[in-house]
Amino acid sequence: MIAVIDYGAGNIRSVVNAFGKLGYQVKVTNSPKDILSARAVIFPGVGAAGDTVSSLKALKLVEPVRRVIEEDKPFLGICIGMQVLFTGTEEGGWHECLDILPGAVRRLPAGLKVPHMGWNQVKQKISHPVFSGIPDNTDFYFVHSYYVEPENKSLVAGETEYGVTICSVITKGNLVATQFHPEKSGEFGLKFYDNFIKNTETN
Amino acid sequence: MLTKRIIPCLDVKNGRVVKGVKYRDHRDVGDPVELAAFYNDEGADELVFYDITASSDDRPIVLDIVERTARQIFIPLTVAGRLRTTEDMRLMLESGADKVSIDTAAVLNPALIREGALRFGSQCIVLGMDAKRTAGNSSMRWEIFTHTGTGGGRATGIDAIEWAKKAVELGAGEITVNSIDADGTQAGYDLELLKTISENVSVPVVASGGAGTPEDLYKAVVQGKADAVLAASIFHYGTYPISEIKKYLSDRGIPVRV
Repeated sequence: MIAVIDYGAGNIRSVVNAFGKLGYQVKVTNSPKDILSARAVIFPGVGAAGDTVSSLKALKLVEPVRRVIEEDKPFLGICIGMQVLFTGTEEGGWHECLDILPGAVRRLPAGLKVPHMGWNQVKQKISHPVFSGIPDNTDFYFVHSYYVEPENKSLVAGETEYGVTICSVITKGNLVATQFHPEKSGEFGLKFYDNFIKNTETN
Repeated sequence: MLTKRIIPCLDVKNGRVVKGVKYRDHRDVGDPVELAAFYNDEGADELVFYDITASSDDRPIVLDIVERTARQIFIPLTVAGRLRTTEDMRLMLESGADKVSIDTAAVLNPALIREGALRFGSQCIVLGMDAKRTAGNSSMRWEIFTHTGTGGGRATGIDAIEWAKKAVELGAGEITVNSIDADGTQAGYDLELLKTISENVSVPVVASGGAGTPEDLYKAVVQGKADAVLAASIFHYGTYPISEIKKYLSDRGIPVRV
């Protein structure tokens, strides 16, 4: 079973649609049991990272998420679902996040339009199965005002320029996380999702 | 580098796209879902459905269109028109829209911007503004009009620049600037209006109303400082395929998604 975490914040419809288009059945869930028993977990986040962490705590999903990642089960975090994995965020004053990965979530610098909204290139920093069939510097769709700064730079799999160099993809074993929205990134976005799932099948 | 977005706008009435759409091939040009797929294939960066249906009884039709489109098309989808409450917004977002755009409703009830932003996030709340150049010598250069879907619209006495700033404070994540003077003329966007709004707000600005040639889109980005360009006629009449417009912009140094 592929679990899509629904913590009640909003629109996961497009993520479910994208996997549906690819022919994968997903289960939308907020049950810790589902998350622990899934063969892959998708975590789309929207809104603010601090609120997301609060919702995860209220639903008792923090430990399941932590365990899935510790056990190196396939996990895909999207946008806020990437940001909450880090130590904490500057958004709305400092808020602790899950601290699964050391690093901070920072506000995009002043001077450019915020949110960073639209299609921007992802420079592939490593060779990885999730990039299979996706050319280097392909455009993906972004919409965010904060970005992650991982302490461990070796986790950075993709980078994107917007005033600063944004870490737009991280990978660590079977953990993958993106700042952009694959479900809104056309053909290559779908390819990214397909790659993620196919990679879990061969493991 | 962030690319400039090209956004076709489809006016939907009673479940069909209106505005005399004309293409070289013989597809059903009035079906919103088919047209959305067509524009997606052509390289549109986002899509806007403008719901101009008169009666609210037809809401389920629009929701159905959004739902069917969102299952097929994987680029951002905005719905505009007849959204008056956060409940209206919720229905659209849950059907698969990524953003909702409010214009008249926001002027009549500015709190709607804040309520929408708090509930769904600023990233999905777009302020659509209809602005018209003022004739007199007042310090106000562009005035906000409401109810522009029905005839000439109604003057509000609200300064467009002040309104843009206020909307961002309230939580709008993007502003679509529509020039009433230029809309439908295909004589070019109101570049001064665009530039002034863009320089006065921190969020992305979408140019709307007046595009007739690829050069108009180029000017909206370069002189008008727009982050995206929205147009209807230029795409609908098939004179300029999106790919051709993107090539035109790209040849002149504008970053676009190809």
